[in-house]
Amino acid sequence: MSLRGRSVTLHDMCLRDGMHAKAHQLTTEQMVAIATGLDEAGVPLIEVTHGDGLGGGSVNYGFPLHSDEEYLRAVVPRMKRARISVLLIPGIGTIDDLRIAVDAGASAIRVATHCTEADIAEQHLGVARKLGLDAVGFLMMSHMAPPETIAAQTKLMESYGANCVYVTDSAGYMLPDDVIARIGLVRSGLRPETEIGFHGHHNLGMGIANSLAAIGAGASRIDGSAAGLGAGAGNTPLEVFAAVCDRMGIVTGVDLFKLMDVAENLVVPIMDQPLRIDRDSLVLGWAGVYSTFLLFAKRAEERYGVPARDVLVELGRRGTVGGQEDMIESVALELAAQRRTQ
Amino acid sequence: MKLGAAIIGSGNIGTDLLYKLRDSASVEPRWMVGIDPASAGLARAAALGLKTTYAGLAVVIDEIARDGVAIAFDATSAAEHAANAALLERAGIFSIDLTPAALGPYCVPPVNLRARVGDGVSDVNLVSCGGQATIPMVAAVTRVQPVGYAEIVATVASKSAGPGTRKNIDEFTRTTARGLERVGGAKRGKAIIILNPAEPPLIMRNTVHCLTESEPDRDAILRSVAEMTEEVRRYVPGYRLKNDVVFDGRRVSIFLEIQGRGDFLPEYAGNLDIMTAAATRTAEIWAEAKQRETAPGRGAVS
Repeated sequence: MSLRGRSVTLHDMCLRDGMHAKAHQLTTEQMVAIATGLDEAGVPLIEVTHGDGLGGGSVNYGFPLHSDEEYLRAVVPRMKRARISVLLIPGIGTIDDLRIAVDAGASAIRVATHCTEADIAEQHLGVARKLGLDAVGFLMMSHMAPPETIAAQTKLMESYGANCVYVTDSAGYMLPDDVIARIGLVRSGLRPETEIGFHGHHNLGMGIANSLAAIGAGASRIDGSAAGLGAGAGNTPLEVFAAVCDRMGIVTGVDLFKLMDVAENLVVPIMDQPLRIDRDSLVLGWAGVYSTFLLFAKRAEERYGVPARDVLVELGRRGTVGGQEDMIESVALELAAQRRTQ
Repeated sequence: MKLGAAIIGSGNIGTDLLYKLRDSASVEPRWMVGIDPASAGLARAAALGLKTTYAGLAVVIDEIARDGVAIAFDATSAAEHAANAALLERAGIFSIDLTPAALGPYCVPPVNLRARVGDGVSDVNLVSCGGQATIPMVAAVTRVQPVGYAEIVATVASKSAGPGTRKNIDEFTRTTARGLERVGGAKRGKAIIILNPAEPPLIMRNTVHCLTESEPDRDAILRSVAEMTEEVRRYVPGYRLKNDVVFDGRRVSIFLEIQGRGDFLPEYAGNLDIMTAAATRTAEIWAEAKQRETAPGRGAVS
């Protein structure tokens, strides 16, 4: 399949999805340095917030070092070309949070719901559209519903005002055929001017292959993260994807060497742990579990003596969705109690 | 003698309420008020011997008052509640608001119902399903020691979240957070709601995290939580603690599962059941207090 000449918008995640891997403890200085580097490398869109989006600071998801507003006010004024996006998960963040973020300079709002629950995003997408922002709908855990459902849910988001909708592989579970089936059907159902995006996780090592499949099926926005910094085994590593695009003649507009330098010099040194497909992140991808659960499951293993792998497999079996971090400790407690009685 | 009641709203919530009130020893459902002539809820209520209308409350308010209705349940929507509350107040009917309108003061039966009944207010609001489920647990901790921050995560089956909740999900997070503060007694509250579409539908789960201001008094908190659980179980028999209470530094975490009674709504919809059960409980306690006031040989309680 030739994608030569196709143009895609790259969207960097390391200052939002990467917050998961950093337990939401990035400093504003680190954020500014990385965002400035990405801006200079020509990355057009950069996401900045708590890993779980606006209002994510909580016992359940972890308290961040700084508020979303503080991060945004530090980063936005330093951008020369790049636009800053924020994530908002209805049920966690509210329109009040959205307005604070817009006042602080965010110009793209990505409203995220579980892949079958688009109708809880109606108000938030409507407000984003009314404020003239880049209004994006983001269907998390898209592997959990068939292509027909995903297509119907993206049409709802489009009807609420989204000018772009995402198929999001939050668990890093999808294979290229899964991506093609979903994005192909989504494309045929939406207005031609509505953009489609793909957000991958690298738990099965498929981030790049899936992103290429997405472009082939009609996506024009691709999420990735410098050095892959993100939940689970990380996101699609953006500099690697940019290099592949360059070889294939896909137009990204980024300066590959500058992007490599950001990844190597700024992002890798701040990692709390080496980013690789370790046993537990592999289980996320294999079992279809929300990537963000990784570090919580590892902590539960440490505290309750139950293998993280067992906890994650059980969470997958129960059909848990994004945001149910409270179930990780609950399942670990249940498994620990079962072991005691065996 | 039972006090007469009217149910405004003929949807699933109104119908489940009707089923619960039929078993009540102190409250008798007499009216169901709807706005849709084709409503299955109205037909069911009529078959059970209630007076019904699809003309809305304003048209029948005088007739309802003449029929001796003293209590009304509003199971419509926040937008409609303001008008309903005004009509009911003028007619001298006590209203129990199941919508997220939050016009009247919040009422969570095991925490502040007795105080609310004593206040003589004409309209009480039941916060939200997540609030009814979790505020008793926050109160169980705050009555032991100060809680600087309380956070709840309510997970409900997608099938049990109606269009009203979906259209205005921010209302849930805001109202519930305020309830954690005003009724639960936490200095700051935060509420999170998650919808899960799993099949078969999952039973409502709630997690309550309290951050205490000093080292938590484990024994006292465990006793208080156990007592409060029993209080809630008096009207929601499917209210259960999952796991032991977790103490981690100053974090106290309580895991709950709420199975509905399955009167009309399915058992997994504990989130809806706890609202209709709290409404019924509120009506019964209010009715009992009224009957004591008017009992022969005793003056009105001032």
